[in-house]
Amino acid sequence: MSELQQRRVAAGAGLGLEIDRDRPLAFTFNGKAYQGYAGDTLASALLANGVDVVNRSFKYSRPRGVVAAGAEEPNAIVQLGASEATQTPNVRATQQALYEGLTARSTNGWPDAQRDMMSLIGKVGGPFMPVGFYYKTFKAPASMWLTYEKMIRKAAGLGRAPSEGDPDIYDHVHRHCDVLVIGSGPTGLFAALTAAKSGARVILCDEQERFGGSARDSDETLDGVPAPHWVAQIVERLAAMDNVTLLVRTTANGYFDHNFVTLHERRTEHLGDSAAMTGGRRQARSRLHRVRARHVVLATGAHERPLVYAGNDVPGNLLAGAVSSWIRRQAVRPGERLVLSTTNDTAYRAALDWQAAGGEVVAIADARANPEGAMVERARAAGMRIIAGSAVIEATTDRKGHRVNGARVAAVDIAGHRIDGSIETLVCDTVASSGGYSPVVHLAAHTGVRPVWRDDILGFVPGQTVAPVKGFHPVGAAAGVYSLGMAFDAIAEHLPAALAADGIALAPSAPPQLETLAQGEAVGLYHVPHDKPTMRAPKQFVDLQNDVTAAAIELATIEGFESIEHVKRYTAMGFGTDQGKLGNINGMAIAARCLGQTIPETGTTVFRPNYTPVNFGAIVGRHCGELFDPERYTAMHQWHVEQGAAFEDVGQWKRPWYYPRQKASGERETMHEAVARECRAVREQVGVLDASTLGKIDIQGPDAREFLGRIYTNGWEKLAVGKARYGLMCKDDGMVMDDGVTTCLADNHFLMTTTTGGAAAILEWLEIWHQTEWPELEVYFTSVTDHWATMTLTGPEARNLLSELTDIDLDREAFKFMEWREGTVAGVPARIYRISFTGELSFEINVQANYAMPVWEALFAHGDQYGLTPYGTETMHVLRAEKGFIIVGQDTDGSMTPEDLGMQWCVGYNKPYPWIGKRALTRSDTRREDRKQLVGLKPLDAEVVLEEGAQIVLDPKQAIPMRMVGHVTSSYYSPTLDHGFALAVVKGGHKRLGERVYLPMADGVTHVAEVVSSIFFDPKGQRQNL
Amino acid sequence: MFYIYCPYCAEYREEEEFHPKGQAHIARPLDPMATSDDAWGDYLFFRDNPRGVHHELWVHAVGCRKFFNVTRDTRTYAILETYRIGEQPSVTADSVSTGSAASTATLTGVQA
Ligand SMILES: [Zn+2]
Repeated sequence: MSELQQRRVAAGAGLGLEIDRDRPLAFTFNGKAYQGYAGDTLASALLANGVDVVNRSFKYSRPRGVVAAGAEEPNAIVQLGASEATQTPNVRATQQALYEGLTARSTNGWPDAQRDMMSLIGKVGGPFMPVGFYYKTFKAPASMWLTYEKMIRKAAGLGRAPSEGDPDIYDHVHRHCDVLVIGSGPTGLFAALTAAKSGARVILCDEQERFGGSARDSDETLDGVPAPHWVAQIVERLAAMDNVTLLVRTTANGYFDHNFVTLHERRTEHLGDSAAMTGGRRQARSRLHRVRARHVVLATGAHERPLVYAGNDVPGNLLAGAVSSWIRRQAVRPGERLVLSTTNDTAYRAALDWQAAGGEVVAIADARANPEGAMVERARAAGMRIIAGSAVIEATTDRKGHRVNGARVAAVDIAGHRIDGSIETLVCDTVASSGGYSPVVHLAAHTGVRPVWRDDILGFVPGQTVAPVKGFHPVGAAAGVYSLGMAFDAIAEHLPAALAADGIALAPSAPPQLETLAQGEAVGLYHVPHDKPTMRAPKQFVDLQNDVTAAAIELATIEGFESIEHVKRYTAMGFGTDQGKLGNINGMAIAARCLGQTIPETGTTVFRPNYTPVNFGAIVGRHCGELFDPERYTAMHQWHVEQGAAFEDVGQWKRPWYYPRQKASGERETMHEAVARECRAVREQVGVLDASTLGKIDIQGPDAREFLGRIYTNGWEKLAVGKARYGLMCKDDGMVMDDGVTTCLADNHFLMTTTTGGAAAILEWLEIWHQTEWPELEVYFTSVTDHWATMTLTGPEARNLLSELTDIDLDREAFKFMEWREGTVAGVPARIYRISFTGELSFEINVQANYAMPVWEALFAHGDQYGLTPYGTETMHVLRAEKGFIIVGQDTDGSMTPEDLGMQWCVGYNKPYPWIGKRALTRSDTRREDRKQLVGLKPLDAEVVLEEGAQIVLDPKQAIPMRMVGHVTSSYYSPTLDHGFALAVVKGGHKRLGERVYLPMADGVTHVAEVVSSIFFDPKGQRQNL
Repeated sequence: MFYIYCPYCAEYREEEEFHPKGQAHIARPLDPMATSDDAWGDYLFFRDNPRGVHHELWVHAVGCRKFFNVTRDTRTYAILETYRIGEQPSVTADSVSTGSAASTATLTGVQA
């Protein structure tokens, strides 16, 4: 098959530095088999095989080919993966190393890139997607939107996610270093070596397949050896140092605050569809390095800018530098006859390489009136035709638009933006262009710093805002320093000083020796004029990925978009995964010209992370499946599992929700049936709840009691040792934030319980008041939530059961309601609290969590004769609601005062210290009589269980929108009352007892309910005092 | 993501260990009941939103659990200093605009 690599230059010409012709690799693209070599990228292998069309464009569906050789590639974006599970979208073919069996498809194109349905639309209805098409074309009629959207998505497609689980695993690594060097071109290598030689901890990363950057295919010499050899020597030295971490195939994708940089390392993407198994374990496919660097050296180089001319998107239009890269690295010459259009010397290398690789250089159109410089002289000496003061104004194409077949060249008047003289048509199959270089400032811009324009280099460089980002050092081309010698000198001179400020002493390092070529000055040309006005000329593309043309930008400015940020959004220039790598500067230059401004006046848009797409796996790392979020289990969790409990997530806790049993019929109980049974067991016999998840905070210190008095709404000064009290906590705005029972263990020792969900926040709340407002109080807080397991034994038989297991006197006079006692339960030291959240006689047994399971099992060993029944959170909710006990966060929402809840009994109006929340209760707003207040609702129809969240109105016949006066907060069916019931908040509700309210539902039904007391069961609270 | 020097642990730690708690140096009126509704409202709800130097309260939530103050430039997100509860900032909007010696504070949280 290798004879099919018709564009591979034969061995012997000294080209193809990076391929191994002895290692052929088979691959498929759009279902067709091809062959390349080890060392190819997918892009170079496709070019070697003469595959011109690799995609269809996003908007106009035009055939597109590979343009660039690196991350800036806008067209050759493929869907990778031989199986469904390994599908990877958005892969740039220029960044994907070839491996045996690689399978790729075009991302765009329906049914495929060669025969595209959408191109008909693109050609017939040019205005099908005009500029601003999102806003204009699909605006109306609204009913058509679904149709439009389907078409756009199918036609545009930006790849697809796999529909099967990913077989690969991904890693995160946290790293710290003194110096992170991003980019391993000559300047990056020299900076890394300079820092590393002195012992600084250095990370050097490069996004490409190997280190070296521009030196990979340079014909310069450094320190007397060819540049690629010099790279190998430096890398070898760095690799031998313990203080250096080398990361190849690693893209710095985001640069965040305080020199935090995310690096995406592709560890196995160059080897196969998914990572290999080693010793029965799958290797990590890719790895996200989260690097905290003291210094960041940005050595990301520059991207070559293409020129904007008519037909510049047809396959065969290439970046000049990319042509050199393919010829030198992979011995691929992607055509026969080349026309080069350039504004600078450097691009001449493409022509020289083309000729060296056996191709014909038809002409070089140089926009400068008097091209001069070493490279120009070499081209002249090689007999090439140089047409000074000119440019390719249009690349012509065959009928299908699949390949360039000619170039129209004309003299251009740059200042006047018009062609000047006659047009010559040259026969060629390739047009390479170079409009200069744009420093890769993306990462610098991630820090929020806008790039600044420099006229001398015709490009944006990293800027500064009010203060420089500390430890940030752009170097070389990324800083607009294109002379390698000057870049080396700057590093040798400034890096040691910069690091010395941080106590990192660098030994002086001599810059590498190099020969410098005489360079002619470049000229600023972005949008090449055409013989027709821009609007009527063939399309001149600015942003190939988003199909933005020069005409679109002109139109945007005519339609009044003057800010470059608005132009960007109107045209979609620089959107998405492209992030304006190739087109942004050209686009800004066009906008500037149309607006009669300079480029710096027009400004630039902001580049955002990520620099190139990162797969979700790398972002997620190991935080998926059972490691997605921690699960917290109580000490009795296994028992609940074995009993077949259904679980409910409460924060990270897994709590038993209800315990469905098998019925006589063999079926399992429904939730409704299980909850009804559990409720009756508690009201009639005895039930037990695993309440271990309640937050518990141990509070000690001589000022503990004073502290409680300030933080709770009610009084604590008289709570005796051995007693417990319910407490309500407000924020200083007077709104209820948490509640729970706090027990006095000793005069300076209390145990506070909080809601399950509030535990961590309440501890922080206590700390902030202590540390910032009352540091004079001596008090200490410790979370003991996990240390104690809690079993709530509740129901008329609770005392009888517990008395079989404890040495504590449970007599109702010896151990009263709202007291606690210490003793043993089932032989285990325990604290028992006589508190109740069900309204029934209750004992809350607390034991050290490690000993909890035997105690729990002992309860059940003795529980049969009393009908002991485990119950879950759903039953707990029903039972507490029957008693009108609130759940903070369910019956309150951060806008409820204790008074709104009718809990004045829990407010210490006369406490001496102005406790948290007190002042707010006398604000005019909290005194309003029409505030929403907590009440009970009893549906007139006993079968109805109102919807939680349902809105309440007073007049069901009023016109929509109705005046809403409140909503349902908790609603259940009560097996005890044999009736649906609810808690709700209603404006002025405390004065509405006995009134009827209405709840109109979405299905048209309106429920009617009576406003009643929020206490539905045992209003006098006699049952808990048995 | 910030890199924050905890003045109690005397170490730099990642932002994930900390919680921001809003503007620093908000003192609760000593006699709330004698405070007017307006003044109480200001204390509860009104905060500065400066472009430039800002003093913030943070807590080393999963570290030492200590609250401390951070002086941060809201334009650059640079942390100019961190200091303990009860201490006053040495970098302020005034000291920065007048270029006094305090503005040489470094990221280490200690004064240069
Ligand atoms: Zn700390």
